[in-house]
Amino acid sequence: MSRPVQYNTNVKIVEIPEGYSGEGFLATSFDKAIGLARKNSIWPMPFATSCCGIEFMATLAATYDLARFGSERMAFTPRQCDLLIVAGTIAKKMAPVLRQVYLQMAEPRWVMAVGACASSGGIFDSYSVLQGIDQVIPVDVYVPGCPPRPEMIIDGVLRIQDLVANESLRRRNSDQYKALLASYNIQ
Amino acid sequence: MALTNERIKERLIEKFGGEITGMEEPYGMLTFTVPAAMNLKVMQFLFDDAELNFRFLTDLTGANFPDRKGEELSVVYHLHNLQANVRIRMKVFVPVEKPDVFSATAVFAGANWMERETFDFYGLNFVGHPNLKRILNVDEMDYFPMRKEFPLEDQSRTDKDDEMFGRGGSQF
Repeated sequence: MSRPVQYNTNVKIVEIPEGYSGEGFLATSFDKAIGLARKNSIWPMPFATSCCGIEFMATLAATYDLARFGSERMAFTPRQCDLLIVAGTIAKKMAPVLRQVYLQMAEPRWVMAVGACASSGGIFDSYSVLQGIDQVIPVDVYVPGCPPRPEMIIDGVLRIQDLVANESLRRRNSDQYKALLASYNIQ
Repeated sequence: MALTNERIKERLIEKFGGEITGMEEPYGMLTFTVPAAMNLKVMQFLFDDAELNFRFLTDLTGANFPDRKGEELSVVYHLHNLQANVRIRMKVFVPVEKPDVFSATAVFAGANWMERETFDFYGLNFVGHPNLKRILNVDEMDYFPMRKEFPLEDQSRTDKDDEMFGRGGSQF
């Protein structure tokens, strides 16, 4: 006898944003709708250098599947990604490369620093390690840990999702954002 | 007859006499010091000689001894005889004001990148090296990190708590 079919009835569905709804339509603001769409389909660009990269690989694997949260396609090209995940120690010689990768990303883009080394240089306080990637690119979320557990990395991605959902559509053209980029010498 | 340390010593003293100093055998590995101007001659002799046959350069590294005035920087060569499985160590000392050492790339091709690394970290100038520039550090770096006068930690940090690092806090 074959096993009876079991349907997964416990599927979590994202709730619709509040708005004025009627028969067959829902009127909300662009911010909410676009924020909802963006946050549930963040494509990360893994910039994995060392041990945190391995933890990131574990996060993408079956047990701690990151694709559940919409990050299905890890396109390893910055041109097609939204989120730059820097996992691992970045040496001073690597810093211009990291900057180049960041510059190639299209707006809107977010950056997540995974691990102690990416956030602040970690235990490697030496002549060769960049003391935190925020010396070369603006960072949105820092995930501490050495290495952080996959659950923590997922938590970091959820915080990014909160940022994405609540971001105003005009933010990328605002003066404040331009000033932020100017402080990193990015045009 | 196997190639023993005594035999190597005999051959070296017979050929170079009093130039070879500081012969010792820590952990059974023959170690000797050679004046800086002669390092290529000795290496070439060890390479060409049919009995000694030290044809493999295992390692080339530097060291900084700030207390030895006039001889602060040193280059250490580890040579290996692949057929008799014998290793020896050759040391060369140079003063820090004029850290010139003849490049071993003439004898061993593998010395190329090792000398670049030694230059990068100690500032030793290898005369005759085809491409002496920094290999592991950032090209614009103007100091030599492995020298003892260089501090261990990155100096650009402003937020380190001295007490936590054992440097005495301001509390007690």
